[in-house]
Amino acid sequence: MANILDIRRRIRSVTNTRQITKAMKMVSAAKLRRAQERALAARPYAQMLTNVLKSLVSRAEIYDPETGEPRHPLLAKRDERNILLIVVTGDKGLAGAFNSNILKAAMQFLAVKAGKNIEIEAIGRRGRDFLGRRFAAAAPRTADSQAPAATSVIHEQVGVLGKLDYSLAGGTAERVIQRYAAGDIDAVYLLYNEFKSVIAQRLIVEQLLPISEIGVVDVQQATELTQKERKRAQEAAKKAGVGMRPPDTHDMDEAAAHFATAEVDYIYEQPADELFSSLLPKYVGIQIFHALQESVAAEHAARMTAMEAATSNATDMIDSLTLVMNRARQAKITKEIIEIVSGAAAAQ
Amino acid sequence: MADTFQLEIVTPEKTVVKDLAEEAQIPGKNGYLGILPGHAPLITELAIGEITYRMGGLTHHLAVAWGFAEVLPDKVTILAETAERADEIDVDRAQKAKGRAEKFLNSVDPAVDYNRAEAALDRADTRLEVATQEPPKKQ
Repeated sequence: MANILDIRRRIRSVTNTRQITKAMKMVSAAKLRRAQERALAARPYAQMLTNVLKSLVSRAEIYDPETGEPRHPLLAKRDERNILLIVVTGDKGLAGAFNSNILKAAMQFLAVKAGKNIEIEAIGRRGRDFLGRRFAAAAPRTADSQAPAATSVIHEQVGVLGKLDYSLAGGTAERVIQRYAAGDIDAVYLLYNEFKSVIAQRLIVEQLLPISEIGVVDVQQATELTQKERKRAQEAAKKAGVGMRPPDTHDMDEAAAHFATAEVDYIYEQPADELFSSLLPKYVGIQIFHALQESVAAEHAARMTAMEAATSNATDMIDSLTLVMNRARQAKITKEIIEIVSGAAAAQ
Repeated sequence: MADTFQLEIVTPEKTVVKDLAEEAQIPGKNGYLGILPGHAPLITELAIGEITYRMGGLTHHLAVAWGFAEVLPDKVTILAETAERADEIDVDRAQKAKGRAEKFLNSVDPAVDYNRAEAALDRADTRLEVATQEPPKKQ
């Protein structure tokens, strides 16, 4: 027979744990809401930049009218020999399968591109730890390096996602563009958790460079949420009071669509192709920034879901422990009564 | 003709300004541009510098580092990499950045990227200049 005192102690311990997971859930829900607001605030810039670039494509004759070849180095496709993969994970754990799913997708990507020289940039502590254990750290390759094809980690950024600002994305974009233009790398991929809403998420590998079409996310590999994951996320969101629909951006996008595309003859202070060349790197920056923002939101959502599950598991456990304890107490009382009754009977 | 126009300054992080203005000065790449309502449609890149706009006797100052502007007769939209109002500027940080950039510029190390250091110095200088401007007040 279990000791009543022990059971009671366990119940108290589980109750404490439940309090922690519940608090973590609420914190994640609040952080998720903030991350979503931030992503929304960033939308006009991204949309405007995309629109103006699209309109400049035709005006600046970015594609050679005769051969159809792009004239800008960031648009030109090359044979893929040296690849750069940017992996965006979280800095912290306790977020269910969030990080391990991303890393699984990373390994899958590496398997597909096997035989090529792959460099990895890890953003987020979890990814750095995992990938850093598997692959050697190395200096970035240059175009003329003759070393045999290998997979290596060349750069890492940890502890930066908590206070995410544009300079992180801008700096990464600058570095990547410079290496691409110099011919050190032939393609750049970005692996992250896309986040439209709590129930509309995908793990995607996006081709960042070369840019195949402006305004279109070039998805190379995608994993959707499973039915079960979606249902759990839905329940957690409902309980934490987080909206499940992606925010309505129609008006915002409509306004952004007019940017620099009015039906008038603009005076161009600089030639169109010059403008295009200086705007295109910003486009790459905004792609990275967008990915980081979505990844942060997704991480909070994943943690919220995981903590909701933990909280409900703790509740179940408390219920079953309480049942066991009551049974033990009942058994003890019954036993005592029997002893008294039989004692009284013996005395007669 | 209307005597004001819409001014919008948008950065990757948020919309910084969404306001009416009577007059604005923006740092075009080829020199500062003064804009009044009814300006001819124009597209330009912005350099590192200071945006000033006036509305109802109040003058506002912002520091920008690279941007892209569309001017229409009734609306001016500016995409800027960063845009900070005078009171948002971290003077300490700007001063440190300035010191760093100057050190780079004065060094003889061939590995130093002078263009970058110069741009950093420009950014720091603009920030410091804007930060020392009086907050918006009646003239």
